[in-house]
This record gives sequence, structure tokens and C-alpha cells, in this order.
Amino acid sequence: MSKSKEKLVEVRNLKKHFKVGRKQILKAVDGLTFDIYKGETFGLVGESGSGKSTAGRTIMRLYDATEGQVMFKGKSVHGKKTKDELKELNQNMQMIFQDPYASLNPRMTVMDIIAEGLDIHGLVKTKEERQRKVNELLKIVGLNEEHANRYPHEFSGGQRQRIGIARALAVEPEFIVADEPISALDVSIQAQVVNLLKRLQEERGLTYLFIAHDLSMVRHISDRVGVMYLGKMMEIAPSDKLYTSPLHPYTRALLSAVPIPDPEVERKRERIQIKGELPSPINPPSGCVFRTRCPFAKDVCAKEVPAFAEYRDGQWAACHMHDERFKEHFKSDLEKIQ
Amino acid sequence: MSQQTIKESDFTPIQYTEAETEKIVGESTSYWKDAWRRFKKNKLAIGGVIIIILLAVMSLAGPYMTEYNYYENDLINANQSPSAEHWFGTDNLGRDMFARTWEGAKISLFIGLTAAIIDLIIGVIWGSVSGYIGGRVDEIMMRIADILSALPYLLVVILLMVVMPQGLWTLILAMTITGWINMARIVRGEVMRLKNEEYVLAAKSLGASTTRIIARHLVPNMLGPILVTLTLTVPSAIFTEAFLSFLGLGVPAPLASWGTMTSDGLASLRYYPYQLFFPAFFISLTMLAFNVVGDGLRDAFDPKDKR
Amino acid sequence: MKKVLEVKDLSVSFHTYGGEVQAVRGVSFDLYEGETLAIVGESGSGKSVTAQSIMQLIAQPPGEYKSGSIILDGEDLLKKTEAEMQHIRGQEIGMVFQDPMTSLNPTMTIGKQIAEGLIKHQKLSRQEAYERAIELLHLVGIPNPEKRIKQYPHEFSGGMRQRAMIAIALSCNPKILIADEPTTALDVTIQAQILDLLKRLQKEMNTAIIIITHDLGVVANIADRVAVMYGGKVVETGEVDDIFYHPKHPYTWGLLASMPKLNEIKEELQSIPGTPPDLKAPPKGCPFVTRCPYAMKVCDEHMPPYTNVRNKQQTACWLLDERAPKVEPPAHIMAGGLTNDE
Repeated sequence: MSKSKEKLVEVRNLKKHFKVGRKQILKAVDGLTFDIYKGETFGLVGESGSGKSTAGRTIMRLYDATEGQVMFKGKSVHGKKTKDELKELNQNMQMIFQDPYASLNPRMTVMDIIAEGLDIHGLVKTKEERQRKVNELLKIVGLNEEHANRYPHEFSGGQRQRIGIARALAVEPEFIVADEPISALDVSIQAQVVNLLKRLQEERGLTYLFIAHDLSMVRHISDRVGVMYLGKMMEIAPSDKLYTSPLHPYTRALLSAVPIPDPEVERKRERIQIKGELPSPINPPSGCVFRTRCPFAKDVCAKEVPAFAEYRDGQWAACHMHDERFKEHFKSDLEKIQ
Repeated sequence: MSQQTIKESDFTPIQYTEAETEKIVGESTSYWKDAWRRFKKNKLAIGGVIIIILLAVMSLAGPYMTEYNYYENDLINANQSPSAEHWFGTDNLGRDMFARTWEGAKISLFIGLTAAIIDLIIGVIWGSVSGYIGGRVDEIMMRIADILSALPYLLVVILLMVVMPQGLWTLILAMTITGWINMARIVRGEVMRLKNEEYVLAAKSLGASTTRIIARHLVPNMLGPILVTLTLTVPSAIFTEAFLSFLGLGVPAPLASWGTMTSDGLASLRYYPYQLFFPAFFISLTMLAFNVVGDGLRDAFDPKDKR
Repeated sequence: MKKVLEVKDLSVSFHTYGGEVQAVRGVSFDLYEGETLAIVGESGSGKSVTAQSIMQLIAQPPGEYKSGSIILDGEDLLKKTEAEMQHIRGQEIGMVFQDPMTSLNPTMTIGKQIAEGLIKHQKLSRQEAYERAIELLHLVGIPNPEKRIKQYPHEFSGGMRQRAMIAIALSCNPKILIADEPTTALDVTIQAQILDLLKRLQKEMNTAIIIITHDLGVVANIADRVAVMYGGKVVETGEVDDIFYHPKHPYTWGLLASMPKLNEIKEELQSIPGTPPDLKAPPKGCPFVTRCPYAMKVCDEHMPPYTNVRNKQQTACWLLDERAPKVEPPAHIMAGGLTNDE
């Protein structure tokens, strides 16, 4: 699974703020910086309020960026674009949505839903060609030709999600943002959809940004994983490293909270307690946003925002614990986690 | 347990093909078929539809069913009660009430439906654009609507009637000048609710233009409330026409509408009540029928217990 | 151990325009004092309807209790009147639902919602009820309970609302707590807190818990025994270790194979092809037949009987019949657990 070192998507200090009420600002995404390489699957995890969905949509240009930049193949995604430039972007970046019951127009047939991209961009010339392309796509995602004339409500969640995948594939994109594509599906169906996504990636050289909160599934499908909390990136690491030797206290707490389907393991596990509740994204804590719940928080954590630095090869974290300047304060804590 | 009927050979493996496992049982039902089925069950609503159809048929065929026409005066036979000759009687100028009622039906229904459809077109476009674009544009468009609806209606109508030549189209204009506002508000509400649905976002990410999103994604999903509002606008329009005619602002003689007939009939209520009775009865019947159909449509399109 | 609840051959259907949906078809299981039974299944398996049936919360129509019995304290709950059930709900059986936002009344303070049950069932005075409410909030780990009882649900976070729901459900010290997907809507760190809370409360109050879930990780964490449901029937029951390490039903094998485990790398997730059966026209035989890689002719036509596999493990599968070909469980099953064989 070695991926090229060619950067497909570059995110630089991306911020997305929403105005709520009179004066308040909700900082959904507050300074995200990372790269996605061609052909890889980048998993983005976080709990509710982390900003991962907003990040995905902003990268897709569904939202404007408040600050910062997103580059796709070297060209900026936001800003004023000509009709042709927009068309190109739309054909190159596509999205799969979370809710299979809401992401398909209930009044359109499956044929029309899947062909919409083709229609908008004029990729087919005749009715027969359109039908042929749709049937092809249906087959690729494991559905039957006769399904094309039916309506979304006649399908199960897993089947609808596959229709959504067919829709995204129709314009032959290079990059797909999958926003919690399996969270609403049954467990045995999740495996179907994930296997399909993996197979498509191999066959077509796709690059994925896989947004999810299910850490087990993210580990399975991703090459690299980013962990978000309250709009900021806490850690980025190759998939295995994240799970075997996480750097950030939030990552550790998150991992220890995920239940593993193995009773013996569950009985023996030590849970890292994470106290308190998620702070409001309208009024995030100063310094490190995680400090109000971190078992290792020190004074410096309230005063200074931790730098997001590469503390090990390919592994980045935003935590003072690993910062050379403050290592003294955290000596005993570091020993505990080693 | 019927162990005896199970043979050793029953334990041979079988395979289901993938196509079979993905089969969908049952026939395809669309949203419309579902709604139509629910509507059919509503006896009252079906009754309303039948009445409307009958009225429409009579408005076309009625005048031919009697040898008299609607405009010929026959003063000798004026103010005659309903009889075998004149089924609905005659009015103060001796004109046959039966023929006049059905000519009036043509006019009243025409005015009602046309006004409702014009309201529909303007309202849907105004509401969709305003709701979808939002922000400044939405504020401006809605303020215009608010101001228009705040103007004293009667004043506007009278001014209009003074400036424009009296006639059918002036009347329709007077009715639609503020009639669209209700539809626009409803459509705007629906659009604001629907525009953040995931399938709209999906269309956007595919590159759909605003027009395409409104026409293909929003309007088909709003047809329920739109149809219902349409069916409820018609009786309101018919009543407004009657009301305006009553004030003397209606169609000119010898044309008849139910409104003018009611107005004329009021004068002789004491002595010849049937002259008021017939037009008033049909106005009420029509309004009732449309209201009942509108209610039926609302229930058909918006069931709360879909499984 | 004492049996606290016995569900025998329960069948529940719903009458819809499209036909009769047989949501639950002959389900039986027992619940013992102080244990946690997990009912696992995917959507359409009938697990939620089963749970709601115990509390008789199914609206009739369109629902209908077609047959079976639910025995609590020697009495059949299905034969009780609504008035009698109202006495039992809250007092003998408490329930926690999936979405705490919609199951709490947004216009009543939390304190009032807790006190309601106490005043009605235990005949406490208002003063006493509110004091007990403060105690209960403290018990479920909500800080500052005196302040909190005066607050409304929207002022609580998701995790706290769920804790409040648990407080309400346990307020009258019921023998049984039914938790229907209590953590599905919560973040994973909050889920861990709630599961720990349930375990602690169970120890302190000796309540038997029925937890409905589709997450096998949650099952491994909290359950003592497991009932696996599919297509309206229970296909396998047993102690939690037996279900995870010695399962005998192909559906259980499929479920275990399709779940990624956080602590290991799997090359490929084995998915179960196809979709669950349409319960308007359920298959004559085993409901899993169209998706089972080991399906045989007999599976299509006859419902498999329950076979006693180990001390408390029961599996409904024709593979266990002596006439069936011997089948080895898939590789991944042999890999788990400490004791690897009978």
C-alpha cells in the first residue's frame, strides 16, 4: 500500500467560522493544516463538535473558507472561479454523504439520481448512452439494472449508500470526501460498503478523505489518520502508529474508550478516564483546547497554544508534553505513558 | 416437530445468487401513487372532486339545456318563480336564471382558477428565489411583499378600477395584485427548510446551477404544499370576485357572474328570494367543494405515519 | 440464580398498507436476577420491538401481540390491563431509550420528571421526592445536583441527559432495566462513561439489565449473556464468552467477521452479502438462508430447532443436526479467546 509522495490536496491554516446570534462566533474549524497524498486514504476522526464534517465540506467548496487555503493539484479551491474552472473542480472532487435516507432526492428515480452528474456536465450524448453508463455504474456497486427505475425509499440503507457512491463515481473524480458514509448502516452492511470503497480505490486510483467517528473502521481503511478536537488537529500519524503509540493525550483517551468486541480483552483493559464535558465551540478554552479535560494539563497549557510539530517520523501532534522547551514539566507523565 | 418429513438428502447445500439477494419485493410505488391512494380513501374529498367536475360540465353544457339565453330581456315575464318553463325562475329583467347561473358559473370559475394560477406562478418564483438565495435579497423581496400586503386592499382595488377599463382582466389583476403573497410565503418557508437537505448539497457538489436545483430538486419536493395552497386559493378567489362584484366593481352587464347575480338578487330578497338563493347557493357549494378537496390533498400528501 | 423475567414464544406483528409485517416471530429468552443480557441484532431483527413489548409500549393498532407470554413474578404481562401496566412501568421495569433529547419532556425540569414517578409509585411527598431526585442525580454522577434539578433538558449535554434518563428509570428501584440502544447516539468517550455507570449501578442495586444494541464492542464490555436476533427470531443465545469464542451460528460468525477490531489488523472484512429478509413475506425456514454460505435445502423449508450446545448455549441451525455435513467455523473464530475448544 505504498502511496506516491505527490500531494493531491493541501490544506493550510483552514478556518471556518459561523456567526451565531448577534455577536457570537462558532469556530467550527480553527486552523487546520495537513496534506493528502495521491492514492492514499486519509482518515479524519473526532467526536461531535470536532469540526470534521465542516472541514470536509469546506474542502469540497460546499462552504466558503473564512480564512486559510485549500489547494487541489496546486490550484486554490476557493475564490472566484470561471464556469469552466468550477466544472473541472466538480468533476475532480466528489462527496459521499452520511445519511442514506436524506442524501437521495425522494422524488427522483435511481436512474436520474446517478445520471445527474452526467447531465450537468454533458458527459453523455444520447439517451441510450446515458442508460448504458448508469447500468454500468449500478453493476460496479453491486446492484441490478432493474433498480434504475425505482425510487430511493424502496431500498435499504446499504443499497442507498451504494447508489450515492455510484452517483459520485459517475463524473469520474480523482478525490472523494466520504463524510461518515457508514455510520448510519448496520454492521454487516458497513463491511460491504467499506470493501466496495477499497476495491474502487484500487481499480481507479482514487484518493479518499474518510471522515468518521468509528475508530475501529477508520483504522481498517486508512493509511494515515488525523484526530480533531474542537476545530483543531490534535494528531496526525500513519494508521498503525496512531493505534500502537499515540502521542496526544486525547488520542490515548479516545482509543481507550472504544469498546473492542472481545470480552477477555475488555475485562483486562485499563480505561483512561477523560473527565468533564466538551466545552462550547463558541467559547473554546485558551491555549490548548483540550486542557480542561486532559489528565496531564499544566499551567503552560492554558497560556500557550501548542505547536503542531512532527515529533516522530511522519507523526505530528499539538501537545506541549513533547515540546523540548517544556519536557521537564511532563517528565513523570511521559514515563507513565511509555 | 416433523422430523419424519426431513430426508437425508435435504441436507445438500444450495446457493443463492447475488442478484437474488438484492431483489426488491413488491411493486414500485412512487410518492404520487401513494398520495393518490390515500386521497381515494377520503370519501369527502372524492365527493368534492365530483361536485367540481359536475359544476364545470354544467357551466359548459347548462346554457344549452334550455331554450332561453342569458341576456335576452323579457319584461313581461320578469320576476317569475321557478317553474317548468324557467327552472330557476327569471330575474327582474325577465332573463332566464338557469342560463344566467351557468354562464355565471363559467365566468366565476374562470376568474377563480386564473387568479389562483397566476398567484401560483408569481408566488412560486418569488418564494423560491427569495428563500434559496437568502440574505439581503430575501430581506428585500419579503419587505416588498409585506408592504404590498399592508396596503388597504379595497383602496388599491378601487384605484385600479378607476384607472383601468372595467372588465374581466381588470378584475383578475385586482385580485392577483396581492393574492400571490400567501403562496410566496409558503414556498419560501418550504425552500428554506429543504435547501439544507443532503440531496441538495449533493446536487451542489455535482455542480448543479441554482435554477436546476430549484426546478429539479426543490419544487418536486414542495408540490404537496403548493397543490394544497392552490386548491385553497380558488375558493378564496371566487369569494373575492363575488365580494368585488357585490360592491359594483364586477363584470359589466349583460355578462353575469355569481357575484353580480348575488348583488342583483339582494335588492329583491323580500319578494323574490330565489333570485339570491341560487347564485349564493352555488358560490357556497363551490367553495365547500374546493375546501374539502384541499383538505383531502393535504392529508394525502402529508401523512404522519408513513412506514 | 433466580429467574426474573421469562419471555415465551412472543410474536408481534404490525398491520401496514403493504401487508402484515411480522416483526417478532416466536422469540423466547430468560432473564436472571442481577445479570446483564444483551440482545444483539441489526435493523429489522426485531430487537427493539421485543424490548418495547415487554413494557407493552406497542400501539395496537397497528401493532398486535399475536401470541406468547411475558412472565414477571409469575404473572403474564400480556394479559394485564393498561392500568395494571402503568403500575408496573417505572416500579418493576424501567426503560432508557436511545435518544435522550426526545424521550425527556423539554418543558419540564429534570427534577420534576424524576419526582413524578416517585410521587406516583412510591407515594412520597413532593419534598421527599425532590430530595430523592437530588440523591439520584448524584448517584448517576451528575455534578451539582441541587442546581441541576431545576434545569431543563436542553441545558444538559447529551451524556448528562442520558444519565438523567437512567436516574428516572432507576428512581423506583425496579427489578429490571431495559436500555434500548442507550449509547448509540453518544460520543465514544461518553459511551464509555455511561457503560461504566450502568455496571456500577447494577452492582449497587442488583438490577437485571436488558441492553439492546448492534455494537458487539458494547456487548463484550457489559454483557453477561447474549441473545443474537435475526429476521424476527433468536438465532443463538449463550454466555458472552461462548458467543464470542465458540459461536455456532453462521450469522454470528458473519457478524464477528465483519467487525474491525481496534487492536488488530484485518486484511479484509468479511461482509455478509445481500440484505435482511422482508418481514412482510418472511421465509418459511431459517430467516438467514438467503445470505448463509452454508445454506442447505432443509434450511429453506423448515425452521431449525434449538440445539443445546453447551451449558447455557442454544443455537437454532440445521448445521447442528447429525445429518448435516460437518462444518468448521471460519478461521477468525478459532483465533480468539483463552479456551479454544469444548
